[in-house]
Parts: sequence; C-alpha cells; structure tokens
Amino acid sequence: MKILVCISKVPDTTAKIAFTDNNTQFDTNGVQFIINPYDEWYALVRGLEIKEAQGGSVTVINVGGADNDPTIRKALAIGADEAVRIDHNPKDALATAQQIANYAKENDFDMVLCGKETIDYNGSQVPGMIAALLDQPYVSNASKLDMEGNKATIQRDIQGGKESLEVETPFVLSAAKGMAEARIPNMRGIMAARTKPLNVVEASDSSNQTEVVSYELPPEKGDCKYVEADNPGELLELLRNEAKII
Amino acid sequence: MSILVYANTQNNKIHKSAHEAISYASRFADGEEVVALLAGEAEDIESLGQYGADKILQLKDAKLKDFQPTLIARALKAAAEAEGAKVVVFSHDLSGKSVAPLLAGITNGGLVSGAVELPNTDDGFVVKKAVFSGKAFANTKINAEMKIISVMPNSVEKIENQKSPAVEEFTADLGDSRLVVKGQQMESADLPLTEADKVVSAGRGLKGPENWGIIEELAKELGAATACSRPVSDMDWRPHHEHVGQTGVAIRPNLYIAVGISGAIQHLAGVNQSKVIVVINTDPEAPFFKSADYGIVGDAFEVVPKLIEKAKSMNLSAD
Repeated sequence: MKILVCISKVPDTTAKIAFTDNNTQFDTNGVQFIINPYDEWYALVRGLEIKEAQGGSVTVINVGGADNDPTIRKALAIGADEAVRIDHNPKDALATAQQIANYAKENDFDMVLCGKETIDYNGSQVPGMIAALLDQPYVSNASKLDMEGNKATIQRDIQGGKESLEVETPFVLSAAKGMAEARIPNMRGIMAARTKPLNVVEASDSSNQTEVVSYELPPEKGDCKYVEADNPGELLELLRNEAKII
Repeated sequence: MSILVYANTQNNKIHKSAHEAISYASRFADGEEVVALLAGEAEDIESLGQYGADKILQLKDAKLKDFQPTLIARALKAAAEAEGAKVVVFSHDLSGKSVAPLLAGITNGGLVSGAVELPNTDDGFVVKKAVFSGKAFANTKINAEMKIISVMPNSVEKIENQKSPAVEEFTADLGDSRLVVKGQQMESADLPLTEADKVVSAGRGLKGPENWGIIEELAKELGAATACSRPVSDMDWRPHHEHVGQTGVAIRPNLYIAVGISGAIQHLAGVNQSKVIVVINTDPEAPFFKSADYGIVGDAFEVVPKLIEKAKSMNLSAD
C-alpha cells in the first residue's frame, strides 16, 4: 500500500489565541505548534499500522513554509518513511487541497488519509476537496479502517449513528476518534527522522476562493454567579427567571 | 437567481438542522427564491415550507437510498446550474461536513464552514465563522462565484416564514460513488447529544459508573441529553458517543451542566460555545468555574438529588 497522510501544523490546544495587525493576523508569539491531533493520532498512526501489516510506504505531506519543518520531522519520528512539503502559504482549504491533489495525481497513492478537521480553522474541508479534485471515493469521519488486499472495510460516523461500508482503493478518507491510538516517538525514531527525506516541492497553481479579512475574540465571559450548595434549587430558579432557558 | 439548500434527512424525516439551513437562506434571500434539494423521501416534506422554502427539488434516484455524499454533491451542482443558484447552504453537521467540501471541489467554489451569523454584504460577501475550537471567530470573505456556506447548528436563530412550496422531481446524471454501504447502527438515545438543547454531563467526580443514576434522572427532569468527559469514556464508564471535548463531539446546547468535571482545556474546546454553562464541583479552584455562568461548590451526591427534587416540583420535564 502506498499511503499519503496529510498533516497540518496547528497551535497547541492550550495556546493563547490572540491577533495582531488590527486583528488580521494570528499572533504566533509564544505559541507552540503541533501536528493537528486528528491527523497525527488517527490518520498517521492508522496509516503506519496498515503499512506494518501489509507492506508499502507512508508519505506525509504538508503545505507551508520552512517553519513547518520541525512539525513535519515529528511525523517522521513517529514512523512515516518520507515527507513532502509543498512550499506555499495557502489562503484557504481549497488552495491547500489543490496543492495536495496535484502532488497526489503525479504520484499515484492507494489512499489519502487526513484528520476529520483541524483544530485551528475547524473547517473539515481539505479531505473532501482532495477527493473531489482527484475524482476518488470519499469517506468522511471514519472511526475504523481495515484493509484486505485492495478492499477497505470502514466504519464512519453519520448523523445519529454509525455506518459500515466497503470501498476499493484508491480513496480519500478523513479520520475520527476510534481509528487508532496515539504513538509517542521513541529515541530511535527521533534519531532516524533526522536522516529521512523531507522533500520540498515547488507549489503548483492554486486559487484563493476565500480569505479571512479579520478575526474577533468572543465577548469576555462575565463572572461566575455562585449558588449556595445547601440551596441548589435556587439554580433552577435562576435558569428559569434570569437566563430564561428552562 | 435563487439560493439552494441541502435538506438532509434522517429516518425519512427532514432533519432539524435542515430547517436551520432553510431559515438561514430565507433570512438573507432578499427576494431570491429559496430552493431546497431533498434526496429520497421525507414524510414531513411540507415542513421545509414552514421555514421559507419556495420550491423543493426531490431526487428519487435509487442510488441515494444510502448516504452518498459524492452523488449528492453532483446533484447539487446540477441543481445549482438548473436554478441559476450562486449560493448553496448546508448545515455544518455530519451531513454538511461531508457534502459541502465535495461541492466546493467540483465547482471551484468558496466554502465557509461553521457560519454563526448571516452573510454581511456591505463590502463583498463576508461570513463570520467559529475558529480555534470556539476560542475566536474569523470574518471570511468569499471571492468565488459559487458561494457555499455551512451553518453551525444551534447558532443562528431559526425563524418561521411560511411558504407553500411546489415539489418537483429532479433528475441528474449522478454517476457512481464506488462506496458500498453495508449497514447502519443508529444510537438508541431518544435525544441525540448533538441535537439536544440541554445537556447534563459528568466526569470522574462521580467516582464510578454505578453512580450515573442521578445524572440520568436530572437529565430526564430537565428534558436534557447526557454526556461525559474523556476519562469517563476512556474507562468505559459511559459509551464513547457521549464523550464531549476536543477529540469527542463538540456541542453547543443552550444549557450545559457539568458535574464533577474539572474543565481541562480539551474538554472546554468541545463545550465552550454552549449558551449557558453551569458547573458543579467540590473543588472551588476547578478551572471550569472560570468559564461558567453559574456555579455550585459542593458534593454532587448531595447537590444533584436536591436539583432533581426541585426540578420535579417545577414540573420542568413537562415543558
């Protein structure tokens, strides 16, 4: 199996979210970046497990600048065989998907695995767009993936439940919780990652169909109003008469 | 000109989130026709008219008896061409999350997912969406000719706008999806967590799965769904589909009551868009109180039974 795993670089979950330049840029000052958890824990690890069982290779791909390289190296430390960085700063998901799809078209992968969403833009857009651009079957929000030859048996989350389905390679899949367990890179993996190939590829043409014009922070939360523990019933009175939600 | 809306269904009924998407389209239509596209059958098809659909296109293709996002995207593209629609609206639930990016990919469209307000057209076409797991918003301008929006559930007010839409059968060449659906397992819960407007959730503070009776009873009295924190689902005290947080489901109910949950940032990422948050915890230093609207510092095993008693006396479950 020749597997392509898309990884996005995102601010750590605990990062303070702030903006600069009149609220038009994300303030990266002091922010630690990680591989998007859905990409790392589920898509990458399941890709590695399939490769370990069936043979083949796992390539990770990222679209971004040279400052993404340390994040990409972590994916190599976890076990990916090689990495590709497309040297481009996309303005939106479609531009990202176009870059990845153009690379995938030239390199014939059996499957493209992504996380179900990134924790920065929360769009759930890139995997479906890649599938559309490659004209390949798309399975979103998959929580199980088993391969037998070129046939995949998949469980996906749908509104109100789960669904099981089958598809043959090639396909594009977005991974959700349940797919695999996170792996922590060991020292050998970290050492090996230093010499694994990280190929920087020139960007192809892509469009910019959307752009962020400004960011906003939510209004400050007011102080918590405390209710005495010996009279908790007052809480329900407040929810009815003050918050008016019950 | 018209605005096209994907009317998703579940168990042969129009989904609540589809009503929200129709209402969203109807609220900014400004004279344009709101056209709903329905795949398959729905016994309450007329409910689309209640929220402002002027016309319903119904696809009766046998290939759509299963959820086939690729085929639905192709049908929407054909319908948008037939109707001259330049805006397509989805709900940002699991159906819209699957179909909308495919439509953007095949139409070279501009997609904003998770919209929390109606578009602002003062300077271009700008849609506000939630980003950074609810910690900020991004005003996103769509430059593309084909504008695609998916609306965050329970975020934009749904307003009735009664119409009497004509239902027309719609056919398009859908091709093949190459996905073979083998079966479904639907959750048995009467009130699915992602659709509940009230949620009672509990964490490790409950000490064991045998103690969930009071959580279930409080939820029942409030007409709420139940949820849990990640450790609780990891230890199999509760089913995984109840896990809310960064890696579980993200929810945005009107009322979220957290019992015995400390409020780790990963948990908050899944619930911080709830309208009102109530925290009940023995530890006054629990970080969750900083995000709470109402708090009770106390023992769940004493506080929750009193809340149940009070809820019964107020007869809340009858509302």
